[in-house]
Amino acid sequence: MSSELEPLADPGLPEHIHRKADTDPIAAKRAERQVAVLFSLSAFGTVLFLFSFFFVDEDQFIFVPIMGSTNAHQLGIGIGMAMSLLFIGFGAVHWAKTLMPDQEVIAYRHEMRSEDSDRQDFVKAAKAGAETAGLGRRPLIKRSLAAAAGLAGLPAIILLRDLGPLPGNSLNETNWKTGTRLVTDPGDRPIKASDLEVGGVAQVMPALAAGKKRTLEDIAKDAVLLIRLRPAEFQLDAERLSWTHEGIIAFSKICSHMGCAVALYEQTTKHLLCPCHQSTFDVTRAAKVIFGPAARPLPQLAITVDSEGYLVAKQPFTEAVGPSFWERKS
Amino acid sequence: MSAREKVAANVANYVDERTGAASWMKKNLQKVFPDHWSFMLGEIALYSFLILLLSGTFLTFWFDPSMRHVVYEGSYQPLKDVEMSAAYASTLHISFDVRGGLLMRQIHHWAALIFMAAIVVHLLRVFFTGAFRKPREFNWILGIALLTLGIVEGFLGYSLPDDLLSGTGIRIAHAIIQSIPVVGTYLSFFAFGGAFPGEVFIPRIYIVHVLLLPGIFLALITVHLMLVWYQKHTQYPGPGRTEKNVVGYPLMPVYMAKAGGFFFIVFGITALLGAVASINPIWLYGPYTPGQISAGSQPDWYMGWLDGLVRMAPPIETYLFGYTVSWNILIPGLIIPGIIFTGMALYPFIESWMTGDKKEHHLLDRPRNVPNRTALGVMSLTFMLVALINGGNDIIATHFDLTINQIMWFSRIGIIVLPPLAFVITKRICLSLQRADRELVLHGKETGRLVMLPHGEFIEVHEELSAEKKYTLTQHQQPAAIALVKEDARGVLNPKGIRAKLQARFSAANAENIAKPTPDELKQLEGGHH
Repeated sequence: MSSELEPLADPGLPEHIHRKADTDPIAAKRAERQVAVLFSLSAFGTVLFLFSFFFVDEDQFIFVPIMGSTNAHQLGIGIGMAMSLLFIGFGAVHWAKTLMPDQEVIAYRHEMRSEDSDRQDFVKAAKAGAETAGLGRRPLIKRSLAAAAGLAGLPAIILLRDLGPLPGNSLNETNWKTGTRLVTDPGDRPIKASDLEVGGVAQVMPALAAGKKRTLEDIAKDAVLLIRLRPAEFQLDAERLSWTHEGIIAFSKICSHMGCAVALYEQTTKHLLCPCHQSTFDVTRAAKVIFGPAARPLPQLAITVDSEGYLVAKQPFTEAVGPSFWERKS
Repeated sequence: MSAREKVAANVANYVDERTGAASWMKKNLQKVFPDHWSFMLGEIALYSFLILLLSGTFLTFWFDPSMRHVVYEGSYQPLKDVEMSAAYASTLHISFDVRGGLLMRQIHHWAALIFMAAIVVHLLRVFFTGAFRKPREFNWILGIALLTLGIVEGFLGYSLPDDLLSGTGIRIAHAIIQSIPVVGTYLSFFAFGGAFPGEVFIPRIYIVHVLLLPGIFLALITVHLMLVWYQKHTQYPGPGRTEKNVVGYPLMPVYMAKAGGFFFIVFGITALLGAVASINPIWLYGPYTPGQISAGSQPDWYMGWLDGLVRMAPPIETYLFGYTVSWNILIPGLIIPGIIFTGMALYPFIESWMTGDKKEHHLLDRPRNVPNRTALGVMSLTFMLVALINGGNDIIATHFDLTINQIMWFSRIGIIVLPPLAFVITKRICLSLQRADRELVLHGKETGRLVMLPHGEFIEVHEELSAEKKYTLTQHQQPAAIALVKEDARGVLNPKGIRAKLQARFSAANAENIAKPTPDELKQLEGGHH
């Protein structure tokens, strides 16, 4: 396969040059001492570790240049341990490099492939084995075994069935029902429109029935952001505008891309930004995606006020919140 | 015989009579390993793995992999009385109330980063020097498997503490699983035991992280090393080094001391990092809740490219026949990584097919002498680098005063334009380096000494290279292109058709080299002045 140009002649291994420690006993002795000093430094590191572990108070802070105020206990055990390990290594490598033989030696390789006779014998043995088992002559055994072995894998998969429940309709449902009050998070206090100033943002959750505790699974679907603008700033169609209340608009806080909390609100541009993948949503246009990988706007929650003037959901979310999934209707 | 020798002899005799180990040991204590700094990279990965086993075992003594709710009552005041998972609380306990706990946590995390970095650099060394060629293709595949599992293991590891940052990572993993067509929703409900986040995910990934994957790692690493042992290590070309020998130092005592010492050095440096460099300070993030997030959310570096791909994906989602497909997640999150890792695993076979080279190789290539492969490697690296840069776009934006949009658009265009550009540039650089080598061999080194000849001509004195150096620069073989056989002598069309054409194309590109000097050319120059 290659244009076989005659290569230059191989001059062979270069002549070995002795190190100083190979020929000079004084240099060898010096190298020996150096190795011993390195090993001793390791022992010192262990002592430092022991001292720091037992005798330096865990709340003791000291000033270290560059690092600033540092926990002395942590630093002492860490540096001590590092020294005790490092100097064993340095000593061993120095020993190998100065005092152990450094003359390169040659070993020979064998080709990976077996001898031809071995390969033939192997084929013979394998064939003879298969022959005595009668696999070729008894197809019924072969096929029934293949079927049985294949089926025997099934229980292993079936056994995993109870890892979790089936999704059912749960991804399409949240705790937001018609008339559910918006409550502050944290605090769980119902809020009125007047509690939020123009330009303000608040995270809210659906009020839960008395005695029910909010779980993380609830939060992962229910978290909603309230943002209050001047009503004139909205560029919404009539229906979406009717979902707002006195300039307050509500969106699911769970990103429509991969479910992170869309937590960054830029007041001057009225943009919501997801810190995970920088999907950017325009609040004035019903959280339309204006940048980044998200493909859908954040679902908008229709809100209004109840008879006592508290903000409530006008209706449940009209679409599933959070990241997309195969069965999602959009 | 001294008393000590007698004891040693008795022990050796006892063991050998029961195992016959002496005949194996006598051969292998003298086993020769070639010496080169780049052969240490895989060692770093191996030692980091051992450090991970040791420090990880320490952490399991206190870590409670449970998502059960507890109220924190440890010594870290800012989180006192805060409700959190037992996993997070026990991580705080290890960090603040177990002496040496924080150190071990930091050693464990640093070792994981070093482990992944060492694997990647080792992989690059093996790739660019052609060490993956026959007979080492299996070991290359094992290496790719270790890399892939390493990424998964690392992700699971930093997900365990259940802090706000890692919980966000799990949230993203959940969305990737959920995006899989047809079965995604079911898979996510099985993996999480119901709706996200549930209470079973961390206990489940814990057992995968501390038992299942480490077990697989141990098995794969053992086979990886046994193959290195059995096939003998590759070596760099040079005088006296051939395809038939291996030149280096014996295992006993030189490599035992060097490799053993090196383990302590790697451990020591990891411990030093753990002592002085804070990593993953989970107490600053707070416990995970799906409604919160911190700005600048970043995965560990080996996941950064994946996050970068996801960030730059165009917002495409289709809704057809009542079903939703999130291409914006599927393509960057599963399809492209799948192509990358499959391509990497198959590369030895692809190259062998492209070049028609079916021979055994034990001498390594200098990257410049294989311009096509080197260019391909740099091209792939460029792709990953652009992805990685985009994975840190928020951090880069704040540090360099750029907008996210600028970086995102740079990445979106760059990831398509820059890799081919890198290929062309790298190939040209390789060919230029080959030209420089040729010059060196033919005309020697420029010395900078100017000499005026008697008749007034100025020349620069060139110093001839040593025979060893000349040999090193010219020992490689330059492949010839595979001739395309359109039809055989009897006019029958080549049954391989398009495949033969492609192979001829690739092998022609591969054969593009600067002809190395021949002995004849050298002889002609000898005697004459330069």
